Amino acid sequence: MSRQVLDAKRLLCPLPVIRTQDKVKQLLVGDQLQVICTDPGVMQDIPAWCRINGHKVVKTHTDEYEYIITLEVGE
Amino acid sequence: MSKQSKAVSLISGGLDSMLATKVIMEQGVHVEGINFFTGFCVEGHTHAIRQKDKAKPKRNNSLWVAEQLGIKLHIIDVIEEYKDVLINPKHGYGANLNPCLDCKIFMVNKAKQWIEENDFDFIITGEVMGQRPMSQRKETMPVVAKESGADERLLRPLCAKNLPATLPEREGWVNRDELYDFSGRSRKPQMALAEQYGFVDYAQPAGGCCFLTDESYSKKLVDLWETRGHKEYTLDDVMLLKVGRHIRPKANFKLVVAREEGEGRFLQGYKKDFISMNCTSHSGPLVLLDGTLSDDDLHLAAQITARYGQGRDAELVDVKIQNTDGAEKIIQVKPLLANEIPQEWFV
Repeated sequence: MSRQVLDAKRLLCPLPVIRTQDKVKQLLVGDQLQVICTDPGVMQDIPAWCRINGHKVVKTHTDEYEYIITLEVGE
Repeated sequence: MSKQSKAVSLISGGLDSMLATKVIMEQGVHVEGINFFTGFCVEGHTHAIRQKDKAKPKRNNSLWVAEQLGIKLHIIDVIEEYKDVLINPKHGYGANLNPCLDCKIFMVNKAKQWIEENDFDFIITGEVMGQRPMSQRKETMPVVAKESGADERLLRPLCAKNLPATLPEREGWVNRDELYDFSGRSRKPQMALAEQYGFVDYAQPAGGCCFLTDESYSKKLVDLWETRGHKEYTLDDVMLLKVGRHIRPKANFKLVVAREEGEGRFLQGYKKDFISMNCTSHSGPLVLLDGTLSDDDLHLAAQITARYGQGRDAELVDVKIQNTDGAEKIIQVKPLLANEIPQEWFV
């Protein structure tokens, strides 16, 4: 299982979702990806994207103006 | 047992594409959604930036629709390819810089490529004949099908009965009798169908889903092209046109003045790309300077910056100028009076 980080700061919705989608395509089931964003909209959009595509949100965290989501790649 | 047919649906996040998708899903077809990001999509951008919009929901409607329908959604970045559609629209622009017909042809063509690559059978759109003055007219519907290359693999479930039968109907992948004959600008048939499906919460149509249909935005884009002397743009250009007050005192430069805290924070991210200014003796907004400025231009820009700060009535205001390499200097200026900023400077 690998753990990778995606910097999606300064990107506005839906670009953080697109970058996440593209990165996840390169990962294997069970791998984890931490996505760091500055658009608060990702707190809705990335979990929604995960739900409809079978991935799991492991953790969400807000750090002042950064929104950090860790997901686990599903089937 | 016959193979289950597969369709991809162009999901905008609005009601029509949601209904069109549901109509086909109800017929047992496997449907997945596709959404194209051109850079000009209204989805959430300004909400995400502006502090005053913090209370509004920031959901992406296309993702939300996909989740409501229980389908996968593929969001495709077409920013680079879309430039040619916007700069050279074969069918021209609408009321502003919206190349709606070329845009529809482009997206259906991209969907056609997608179904070929993913072994799907046909494409669905939520188009309704007569719904939009440029891209959804009786005369343009065959143009979209033909010029996109989708031809008979393009099905519009909400108005299919007003059109000749397509391949999915003739092959029996879908039952034409269970499709619709909606036409015109009335939303009543869609709302009735939404009620039938139990869709209560859906995005209300309000001025389209594209910034290019917005007059003010289009003027800013035209100004950008005219002052640069060519019709090119980057994603950052497109984003910055959505933010702040744009003031062009001279052809060679303009100011982007943050209107509130959220915009100021967003513009902070561009301080390595643009010279920036802000008042230091008084509170005031962050300002980015786009263009090449002489010392006199910097002085004028500082006077305008001071005008938008709390020191607007002061005799002198300290304004910090920060270069893209981080080097700073402070100059003292007299803020311009409101009547010293001509209306024509506002882009």
